[in-house]
Amino acid sequence: MGWETWIIATLSRTLAYGTPLLLGTLGEIYTERSGVLNLGVEGMMIMGAYAGFSTAYTTGSPWLGIMVAALVGGAFSLIHAFASITLKANQVVSGLALTMLGLGLSGVLGRSWGGKPLPVPISKITAPGLSKIPFLGPILFEGQNLIVYLSILLVVVMWYILYRTRIGITIRSVGENPATADSLGINVNRVRYLCVLVGGILAGVAGGYLSVAYRPAWTEGMTAGMGWIVIALTIFAFWNPAIGMLGAYLFAALYHLSFRLQPWVTPEFLKAMPYAFAIVVLIAVSRGTLQKRMGAPAALTLPYTRGEE
Amino acid sequence: MKPLSLFRVERRPVPSGRVVLLVSILAILAALVVAGIFFQAYGVSAIRAYQLIVKGALGSKLGLAETVRRAIPLLLCGVGLTIAFRALFWNIGAEGQLLLGAVAAAGVALFSGLPDVLLLPAMFIAGFVAGAFWGLIPAWLKAKLGINDVITTLMMNYIAIYLVQWLIHGPWRGPTMRGFAYTDKFPSAATLPTISWTRIHWPTLLLGLALAVLAYLLIIRTRAGFEIRVVGENPDAARFAGISGFKTTLLVMLISGGLAGFAGVGEVAGIHWRLLSPTHISMNYGYTAIIVAWLARRNPLVVIITSLLFGVIMAGGDVIKVSLGLPFQLVNVFNGLILFFLIGSEILMRYKISFSLRRQ
Repeated sequence: MGWETWIIATLSRTLAYGTPLLLGTLGEIYTERSGVLNLGVEGMMIMGAYAGFSTAYTTGSPWLGIMVAALVGGAFSLIHAFASITLKANQVVSGLALTMLGLGLSGVLGRSWGGKPLPVPISKITAPGLSKIPFLGPILFEGQNLIVYLSILLVVVMWYILYRTRIGITIRSVGENPATADSLGINVNRVRYLCVLVGGILAGVAGGYLSVAYRPAWTEGMTAGMGWIVIALTIFAFWNPAIGMLGAYLFAALYHLSFRLQPWVTPEFLKAMPYAFAIVVLIAVSRGTLQKRMGAPAALTLPYTRGEE
Repeated sequence: MKPLSLFRVERRPVPSGRVVLLVSILAILAALVVAGIFFQAYGVSAIRAYQLIVKGALGSKLGLAETVRRAIPLLLCGVGLTIAFRALFWNIGAEGQLLLGAVAAAGVALFSGLPDVLLLPAMFIAGFVAGAFWGLIPAWLKAKLGINDVITTLMMNYIAIYLVQWLIHGPWRGPTMRGFAYTDKFPSAATLPTISWTRIHWPTLLLGLALAVLAYLLIIRTRAGFEIRVVGENPDAARFAGISGFKTTLLVMLISGGLAGFAGVGEVAGIHWRLLSPTHISMNYGYTAIIVAWLARRNPLVVIITSLLFGVIMAGGDVIKVSLGLPFQLVNVFNGLILFFLIGSEILMRYKISFSLRRQ
């Protein structure tokens, strides 16, 4: 294999593997921007993977599978929303509980589905003409599926909403200073519910993508810690969808290189990088003005009660 | 100090022990009922399943032994977590700290060349140091730079997992373990004695029980314990009273990480006699211990009971797997449910209290 083919193959796989990371991260960015930390991403993703696979297998429609994955992810996130927003329970514990529940439930429900290949995965697209572009063509326009492109479109849309629209200002103000937002007539809890729901839906789609498109089969625990990489990525991205995209592909590349560079670099070292990066980023933005501009939303993990500062 | 305590009572009323116990039991029952629905869905009567679990995990010698041996790492991690949680340090990283303890113990057992008598004590010391080191990194980052403890402790878990995987696939892979990703077996002087045929490595169990008592005394009786509580309950007051949040944070994570490290030593020296894959060393003990500590309401003595309870649940998972053919994953479902009902029920306690306050 020549160098160019090698790089093209790596980048193409990076794009494919980065997509579920990107989807999950976009969702978690919105969730956290509204002031809610959801550590249940892994649980929502694996439920999405199970629901997507079983639906696609039964109905023969992979897209219906993705839709059900979105629904199940969304429904799961509402458990966290109810516990942490309505009951004002501890967000850390609630998120962990969601992950345990999701891993357990998908393991129990999915037992009889294991090992069956999905006969109808989401089809891969090769754009005529575009795929002939040297170098970029085979990476971007050959053998990827529609979700890959939709997720990139979603980055633009979600970035625009967050930074250039009223909705975005509302979300950010709820996460930074809920009391002020409340005094301006914003329904803090409703915004938070919706943002948690967005996070759940996208995590569900990410899971569905894994089991219906990326590796069309169901395996217990198939998300294999991806949900935690999403948590790391959200920090790495400074809660910004555009940087989230860069991060998702960077982490996906590291993951792929951990296999491809095996003879030269310790794979475990590359696999541990995303987690180490998250800590390094937190250290880098831990000071002063940087913390204010690029750090975590000020009200992250704090439930909001009117008249309580 | 008087206006301070008044302030506290108003905002965080402490529910009476009876209320806490009642609500905790209700939460567990609720989780049992919901989990029962899953048994029914699998065509197994929930009552029969629970009977089997209780009989299997408590009714036979083998079951009881398995319950206790599962409880040992939960006890050690759980006691440490109560201390960290008291200071409101969110140590989600007991899993990684446990693994580091296991790594250090394996390192000493295989490569130190110490005389036999010193081997086990050195392994425990090394395990404590390694676990504490892994816990002190996030502690220092929080105390010095204000970096979120939840995230760092979580990330450190994964770094620990890959560290272990690297060791067993790479430099520490046992030359005599052809094809398997294990280290060599520990010399027998580096393995812990067990109670006759069981897998209960009793020295670790005794250590856990003693540390539960010591941790309780530390929290209730000592100046350091008082400072830990103040930092956790009212950081502003702590600063006002000249208590160093920095020192307290490091202290609680020294203890919490160290005890999780002990748990790791116990697992490799008492059960496996080698370093092996992270999922085999710890079956999520570090995460389950969070529930153990939470259910014990951060009281180290109560952890003795709650760790046994989760020992029953884990041993019960084996029982339903073997005798009912149900997936072990039901344990995770059950743990998740318990955790949700526990945190959900806390608001119940808060309401109760505000009601009784109004009456006064």
